[in-house]
Amino acid sequence: MASLTLSQIEKTLGTTPILRGIDLDVTDGELVVLVGPSGCGKSTLLRTIAGLELPDRGTVKIGERDVTHLAPRERDVAMVFQSYALYPHLSVRENLAFGLRLRGETSEAISARIADVAQSLGLEKLLERLPKQLSGGQRQRVAMGRAIARRPSLFLFDEPLSNLDAALRGEVRVEIKKLHAKLGATMVYVTHDQVEAMTLADKLVVLRAGRVEQIGPPLEVYKHPASRFVASFLGTPGMGFLPARAGGGRVKAEGVDVALPDGLAAHEGDVVLGVRPHDVRLLPNKTKGALQLTVDVVEAMGFEAYAHGHIGGKPFVARLEGDAQTGVRPGDVVGLDVEADGVHLFDPKSEVALTAPPARTKGAA
Amino acid sequence: MSAPSSQRAHGRALLAELGVHLLVLLAVVFALYPVLWVVALALSPGDAPEPRVLPFASHPSLEHFAAVLGVGAGSEAGGGWLFGRQLLNSVLVSASTAIVAVALATPAAYALARFDFVGAKEGERALLATQMFPGVAASIPLYLILDALGLLDTRTGLVLVYATTAVPFAIFQLRGAFAAIPKDLEEAAMVDGATRFGAFLRVVLPVVRPALAVTALFAFMTAWNEFVLAATFLSREETFTLPVVLQRYVGEYDARWGRFAAGAILVSLPVMGLFYALQRNLVRGLSAGGVKG
Ligand SMILES: Nc1ncnc2c1ncn2[C@@H]1O[C@H](COP(=O)(O)OP(=O)(O)OP(=O)(O)O)[C@@H](O)[C@H]1O
Ligand SMILES: [Mg+2]
Repeated sequence: MASLTLSQIEKTLGTTPILRGIDLDVTDGELVVLVGPSGCGKSTLLRTIAGLELPDRGTVKIGERDVTHLAPRERDVAMVFQSYALYPHLSVRENLAFGLRLRGETSEAISARIADVAQSLGLEKLLERLPKQLSGGQRQRVAMGRAIARRPSLFLFDEPLSNLDAALRGEVRVEIKKLHAKLGATMVYVTHDQVEAMTLADKLVVLRAGRVEQIGPPLEVYKHPASRFVASFLGTPGMGFLPARAGGGRVKAEGVDVALPDGLAAHEGDVVLGVRPHDVRLLPNKTKGALQLTVDVVEAMGFEAYAHGHIGGKPFVARLEGDAQTGVRPGDVVGLDVEADGVHLFDPKSEVALTAPPARTKGAA
Repeated sequence: MSAPSSQRAHGRALLAELGVHLLVLLAVVFALYPVLWVVALALSPGDAPEPRVLPFASHPSLEHFAAVLGVGAGSEAGGGWLFGRQLLNSVLVSASTAIVAVALATPAAYALARFDFVGAKEGERALLATQMFPGVAASIPLYLILDALGLLDTRTGLVLVYATTAVPFAIFQLRGAFAAIPKDLEEAAMVDGATRFGAFLRVVLPVVRPALAVTALFAFMTAWNEFVLAATFLSREETFTLPVVLQRYVGEYDARWGRFAAGAILVSLPVMGLFYALQRNLVRGLSAGGVKG
């Protein structure tokens, strides 16, 4: 096992800068999840760590070794590809053995390792099959097994679950979590599935257009998004954004009159108010609330419901729980209260989250 | 659905099926008719075949085969020895062409499929251009070159000549096969501990094996059947390849059709055998299943 340190990684492919100065520390045994929209450079970053891409600038360190200029095979990393990349001409057993043979392990050691991995991933009955004789989920497990059998100092996963159906994805996600706990391995995991990101990560890294937008424990990032981008990226349904004016400890707009919590109360001027569907509470009997939502559609999920509608012309979704869902109909205008820690403010221009009072106000006071 | 209408539908389907089979049968007969004629000629004794519609030998005999192989009555001077020698020429020339073509084309095709390098596009276009000339067009310069090298009338010379067309063709075939292999496979191998060349040897080559086999087969067949260049560059009977031998049976003054036909059948047998042996490769997908489809 080992730590991983990236400093100031830059990479241009063709003429487009793909990575624009990435710094990242992964401590020994940590599971770091990289998330970000398609094309933001997640795979490129992972490939840079693996040695499949040479960065234009910056360094990659695994443990105390600077591996920036080492070939992939000299880095002692294992990678699980989105496509699984199983060797089609080799049986499952030979796929698992491939890396071990190249490392010159004895054949007894290899057999023992394969038996061990096959047992822990439930591959015993599949060992003599060719990849084309496996289902998607089985191929995925072989790909994982091939990485685990190697016992590398660093695991890299590039969207390993994206080709599985939803149920299987849920299962394997839990397995990976267990595996991480059992192996205590350092892992970098790329996904754009936010459930995977939230549930797996010790540390979440949100990438945007080749830059790190925010790093932190997943709940921290979820609760205190550093920008509108991060806020909109995490959480389903997504956070609602309402342009409004702050002043006198409140934010106001058409259908909006929200008291600002202590930390934000000093803000003045144009802001964007962000509220998650889960941070509102439906008021009974159409009482006027902090938010006035005009309901267009109600989605009942059984245990809860989502009321999709708009506030002052901007789309907004509210989660309804318990009995509340039965009473709300399309066309209704309902009052919502907002939890104090559910109030987020963003600068309308820079889209950065507003936290402490802006400097200008401080100076004037 | 009512019973009569379902019966009618069934009847119609049967008729359609019959029609299709009839068409296929016609096509097969059309394609095989000349072949059957050759068989009939080969089995008919004498050298003056009477024209008829149905290609059957009335008194089948193996005399022409015996004559070609140089055993029994009416065989050539030199007999079996000569035919054996010529068969060996054909095998050696064709096999060498196939080996040279695949050996040279494999690295070239891989480079073209995987790497971006200066001149890649131009090189490919140049290769394509060579394919547009019929080989015969180059026969005179080739003759002069072989003469200068002292390679006229040799198997080596003929292999070199065949390679000039077989190599570019093989490059095209294999380039497609290499391009179809997902890059992930090689990268996985490199992360797993292989060098680039190791990944090529252990993963890429085994995966394209069917394509290599097919390419080799085509190169072999083309060389095996080639007549014009062989006839141009070979003048001594001991260096002849089989197509040249065959042609000699149908000379200017006498046409020994029976022998020609028997020889033609003997010449096609090895190719048929190869096709049969490699047919699984001909249809097999290249990288089925390794990467999620
Ligand atoms: N060889 C290349 N030449 C030029 N641009 C490239 C090349 N390869 C990738 N790109 C671009 O680099 C960007 C980042 O690609 P990358 O594969 O890292 O994205 P990603 O974050 O993994 O996206 P996804 O979630 O879709 O997998 C993309 O915009 C892509 O178009
Ligand atoms: Mg990707």
